[in-house]
Amino acid sequence: MNRHAPIPSLHPAGGATSDADRPVLSARSIVYSYGNTPALRGVSVQVGAGEIVAITGPSGSGKSTLMLCLAGVLQPDAGDVEFRGRLVSDASESERSALRRSDFGILFQFGQLVPELTAAENVALPLLLSGVKRKAAITAATTWLDRFGVADHAASRPTEMSGGQVQRAAAARAMVTEPSVLFADEPTGALDALAGEQVMSQIVRVARESATSVVIITHDATVAAYGDREVVVRDGMIDHARDGIGS
Amino acid sequence: MSTGHVLMGLLAAGGRHGYDLKKAHDERFVGARPLAFGQVYATLERLQKKGFIEAVEIERVDGPDRTVYRLTDAGRADLAAWVGDVEPPAPFVANPFATKATIALLVGDADLASRYLRKQRAAHLDRMREYTRVKTDPSTPMSEVLAADYAIAHLDADLRWLETALDRITALHHPLTTESDDIS
Ligand SMILES: Nc1ncnc2c1ncn2[C@@H]1O[C@H](COP(=O)(O)OP(=O)(O)OP(=O)(O)O)[C@@H](O)[C@H]1O
Ligand SMILES: [Mg+2]
Repeated sequence: MNRHAPIPSLHPAGGATSDADRPVLSARSIVYSYGNTPALRGVSVQVGAGEIVAITGPSGSGKSTLMLCLAGVLQPDAGDVEFRGRLVSDASESERSALRRSDFGILFQFGQLVPELTAAENVALPLLLSGVKRKAAITAATTWLDRFGVADHAASRPTEMSGGQVQRAAAARAMVTEPSVLFADEPTGALDALAGEQVMSQIVRVARESATSVVIITHDATVAAYGDREVVVRDGMIDHARDGIGS
Repeated sequence: MSTGHVLMGLLAAGGRHGYDLKKAHDERFVGARPLAFGQVYATLERLQKKGFIEAVEIERVDGPDRTVYRLTDAGRADLAAWVGDVEPPAPFVANPFATKATIALLVGDADLASRYLRKQRAAHLDRMREYTRVKTDPSTPMSEVLAADYAIAHLDADLRWLETALDRITALHHPLTTESDDIS
């Protein structure tokens, strides 16, 4: 459970593991519409093991929709999504939900903690759902709250915490199962600069230590700059302006 | 930036000679232009005339003689006043991007301007990523973290402008008013 050893923080871009060339997640030509509103118009992206990919783009360009398709929450109208060579886009809802529980962590802009539970119970929840004993789950939850700087609030309910503290607890909850892929949609949108920095640098540190892939959706360049790579979505398609520059 | 006050600041913790001050400055303010020795000595002379620093001893090691300076009470008071003064906010910094985008619109079209702006955006983000690595490295000294924060904030301001400029030029490209234009 404890993979939280100090690590050097200067990493070569693109993830340091040898598996990095084999994508963990890959989407091919996905198309998605909400009724008559096209949101994705043929998007292909790949995410390597341990790679941190920032998905950026203007409001309404399709970033969140892309994330939901990658995470198996939405099923694309066309195209497919593969996780470790398994077709996610064709799987049944129950298979996809099992996959989300075992391999994916999802973090939204507004923490979405269960209001009746304490912060520690909220963070322990995903472990309890996968059968971990209560005591062990709470211990792990407390460790994760500590990593995100909110251990003092372990016994607080969400209504007794600030927006930033709730968000940090939500980050702890998304990471507590040590997922293969963490999806974060505007994870620091509600935080000030230093709280945002703490959440982002902790996510990056954990991702580096455990080769967790991270997909961060953001319109904030200072958040995107934590990524190894940026994928720009414009108007439901990938913007290839970057091709030919830098790495 | 007032070189005199920066040097006095470096003298605040104890006496130093000019050579040492130059080295201390360049090490601490990594983002700043390195000081020239001539500038350091000229500034020290000026500060001494004003009574803000005084020569306390001549250090004679194996090289040339080096005068060690110390901050006077008057210098300390002037330094404290300077630290409390605001710097003039400078909203207009050089903006080569707007110039280039405008020229791109003149010689080409919205597409050329948009291509340039998108590439510029990507290059800016690459730079920001480097500063982010420096900033989040636990071994980076505070002075460098502060300099990186500053660089990131400036790049971010450029990036916001680039994004807005792109939106404007895209709107020019696909006029939102097409339908109403048809009616008129
Ligand atoms: N539940 C929904 N029902 C109908 N249309 C939707 C829904 N969710 C998103 N859309 C539409 O799909 C398009 C893409 O939306 P999406 O939420 O993916 O954009 P986004 O890039 O995440 O934007 P933002 O930065 O504002 O969060 C938009 O035109 C949006 O209006
Ligand atoms: Mg969104």
